[in-house]
Amino acid sequence: MAEPLLEVRDLKKHFRVKGARLWHSPGSVKAVDGITFTVNRGETLGLVGESGCGKTTTSKLVLAAERPTAGVIAFDGQDISALPDGQLNDYRRKVQVVFQDPFSSLSPRMRVGEIIAEPLQAHNSISRQDLETRVSELFELVGLRPDMARLFPHEFSGGQRQRLAIARALSTNSQLIVLDEPVSALDVSIRAHIIVLLEDLQERLGVSYLFIAHDLAAVSHLSQRTAVMYLGKLVEVADSLEMCTKPLHPYTKALFAASLPSHPDEKREEIVLTGEVPSALNPPTGCHFHPRCPFAMARCREEEPVLTEQSSGHTVACHLF
Amino acid sequence: MSTPPLLRVEGLQTHYFGFGGSRVVKAVDGVSFTVEAGETFGLVGESGCGKTTTCHSIVRLLSSSAKIVGGSIELNGQNLLDLSAKEMREVRGRRIASILQDPMASLDPLFSIGNQVAEPAYYHGLLRGRPLLQRVNELLKAVRIPSPEKRLREFPHQMSGGMRQRIVGAIAQAGNPLLIIADEPTTNLDVTIQLQYLNLLKELQAATNVALIFVTHNLGIVAKMCDTVAVMYAGKIVEKQSVRGLFYKPRHPYTKALLDSIPKLGTKEPLYAVPGQPPDLSALPPGCSFHPRCAQATDRCRSEEPGDKLIDGGGMARCWQADTQSQTRAQEAVNG
Amino acid sequence: MAITFDSVRSVATDARRARNFFRLLRQLPTVPLLIISILAFVAIFADVIAPHSKLDPVTPTSAQCTALYGAPSCPYLEGVPPFWSEGGNLNTPLGTDFLGRDVLSRLMHGARISLLVALMGTLVAGTIGTLLGVLAGYMGRWWDQVIMRVTDAWLTLPSLVFAILLLSVRGPGVWNVVLVLALVFWSRYSRAVRGEVLALRERDFVKLAEINGISKTRIIFRHLIPNVMNTVMVLFSLQVGVAVIIEASLSFLGVGVPPPEPSWGLMLAQERDAMMEGKWWLAVFPGICISLLVLSANMLGDWLRVRLDPQLRNR
Repeated sequence: MAEPLLEVRDLKKHFRVKGARLWHSPGSVKAVDGITFTVNRGETLGLVGESGCGKTTTSKLVLAAERPTAGVIAFDGQDISALPDGQLNDYRRKVQVVFQDPFSSLSPRMRVGEIIAEPLQAHNSISRQDLETRVSELFELVGLRPDMARLFPHEFSGGQRQRLAIARALSTNSQLIVLDEPVSALDVSIRAHIIVLLEDLQERLGVSYLFIAHDLAAVSHLSQRTAVMYLGKLVEVADSLEMCTKPLHPYTKALFAASLPSHPDEKREEIVLTGEVPSALNPPTGCHFHPRCPFAMARCREEEPVLTEQSSGHTVACHLF
Repeated sequence: MSTPPLLRVEGLQTHYFGFGGSRVVKAVDGVSFTVEAGETFGLVGESGCGKTTTCHSIVRLLSSSAKIVGGSIELNGQNLLDLSAKEMREVRGRRIASILQDPMASLDPLFSIGNQVAEPAYYHGLLRGRPLLQRVNELLKAVRIPSPEKRLREFPHQMSGGMRQRIVGAIAQAGNPLLIIADEPTTNLDVTIQLQYLNLLKELQAATNVALIFVTHNLGIVAKMCDTVAVMYAGKIVEKQSVRGLFYKPRHPYTKALLDSIPKLGTKEPLYAVPGQPPDLSALPPGCSFHPRCAQATDRCRSEEPGDKLIDGGGMARCWQADTQSQTRAQEAVNG
Repeated sequence: MAITFDSVRSVATDARRARNFFRLLRQLPTVPLLIISILAFVAIFADVIAPHSKLDPVTPTSAQCTALYGAPSCPYLEGVPPFWSEGGNLNTPLGTDFLGRDVLSRLMHGARISLLVALMGTLVAGTIGTLLGVLAGYMGRWWDQVIMRVTDAWLTLPSLVFAILLLSVRGPGVWNVVLVLALVFWSRYSRAVRGEVLALRERDFVKLAEINGISKTRIIFRHLIPNVMNTVMVLFSLQVGVAVIIEASLSFLGVGVPPPEPSWGLMLAQERDAMMEGKWWLAVFPGICISLLVLSANMLGDWLRVRLDPQLRNR
């Protein structure tokens, strides 16, 4: 049974733009503008969207690196968005992150054993002996030899460094790992390794993932459910396979149409979007997507659509439904 | 006598020399392929396979530590390696143009868009004055830049990533080249922008019959854009086929492994993770370079380097165990 | 707290390490390193290897006295030229000065002073400047404002004039010179380090540490400072040359190391007129020493800068 681990309700993050004058308030960048989603225990939620959609800000909010302007982030039933900074240590232990760039996410002048142990050391007072054992455990968990702990990051390949980053994320027995484009910077043949490793770890340890990426195929492969973001709002949330076969929102359809075929004769419904992603400073009125939407109606310009459930587990925010 | 292909690369060898000549990396080790006019040729491989070095060799813009040590590169029958530096400069931009991965790096931040698009045409003495201005406007329209007349004075930093890449495309077209080499041009672009861009390239090709060499590690782009594909590994071409042949019946174990390791939309089929790491070019194993990672490696693979095996119906594969029979219609139906 | 692990070291790893080591040796800048090593050696062991005292005149033999003054005994031999000139002798290979002191011995002792002052001064300046730069770059906001405004102001002060000012207040002396050098030069470090830290701050591993709730102090000492050491080391080696010159200038002007200590700069100052009288060796040799040290320090710094940079890029 699906048990929610992370619940995000109506989350908002607005950045105030500098340059306010007496006669003119430049407003704010609504990076994240009221999103609601759930990550269940032991499951993966994929978050896709293009640049400027707000997925990076969402990941920062989930990691408590930024404070929300409004809304609730509930972890294991507890609202952490209200907690002061000093009390977030427990949360930080349970929610970790793996970044995109395997080259800059590891401190170049520290030995990898120390790097992996750092989150553990920061949060617990743990004996050196236990620490060493734990680090060796983690190394084996991600498929590396424990005797490599004394090497420096630059002595590893990109794929191995990503494994190290994953090991570090697991070090504190985290329950949720935010994966921010974990394989985009890796070679094609290595990506499969990491994806398989992530699947394996989820099965073994029951860890949940928030998988943020732009590669639709990878996301829908690893995630049980996928959410699509556009300009700070969620436009569709569904079971991954269902979304691939029956996307409802026009933007989702365009995304899937745009993702590359897996063989030359694959027929895709070609939806080529016109124009560029509008600025988050001045989003279009009503449905943010209407200027580029091939199915836009008059209603779309005035009224903002709300996420409504179309079939079990499949929600979409569009006036067509 | 049939006309020579637009580009014929034969036995190209480019080596990097380091540490005062004591270390030699065979970045490109005997690469041969041809590109016809109007064809889209895909060059596929991972980092370190030699595809970028091959492109740099074609336009002869290698770093000082690299040298072309063998082979020939013929453009319309003329060997580019015989040309002097001055003659080569006339080829670049005019007959062969390039589009690189990072548009910010390809555009000079100090010069306006109009200036940069005009530069190839101006430099190669093709146009001046009013006709040049018209040409720039045409080019920008062709790459779908809205209201180009107003954009001429703008600068690269004022444009979005997708637009910049289109401008790079316009610059590439400016000299009316016969061949455009595109090195991972869409890696930094959003998915929907990428689609726009790829469609644009196809249109350009249809309009001007320019040949395109598409260098990428993304097999999806290959499936969409290319007519012929060559897969590179450790500095050699290990398989070369028509795009359908490659996807429906890959002959080389590396190609098969690549195809199996890519997640496909709409299915949760388990991925095949190719064991091992991409090879270290300075320390290649004996025999076939792929054998440490190959599930079908035999003793012969481990000791003898395979030669090119021709496939009936066109194409080649560099593998002792490559199946050389052409695809039958029945097989196509099964695999399709 | 550093964690040590029992590692399995294979023969192949050892062989690779040895090969890398020899490769490194071949690429070292031998000449500057050699010069600096010799100077350092001399500085450390000056007491032992200098043939004569630095302060007392060389005891002359009666033969020498007769040759120079025509008298059988004399308190000291002034102005003896180097051994290859007429009138010189191997006892004082580089000659003697106006008080009969052996130039070579004084140069050797002077090496100690020059190196000590330059190194210590630069070290203290570097430490202060690096810490301030890291604080300014990482803590941001008013830390940055305050520290940088002070740095900018400090940088506008002409170093020599400022040094002279400080020294006239503190008075001459070796340690005062060290202090003054530190006070004058720290601002160069803080400027460069702040720039590095601004870039480092945005790197993933720093962000990750912040996300993990690691204290700022720990981030500074574990992540930031080790990663700016490249820049700091290069700056350091380049600044050592500057420090030597400043120290020499200060002593030359009479506000640095006081006589009779054999600071190279002081030796230059005192023998200014000697050049006119034809006793060239008294000024030229200290000058050569200063030049050698500064050149070597600069070459070393340059080599370091080139060597460390591409590595940074590859990371």
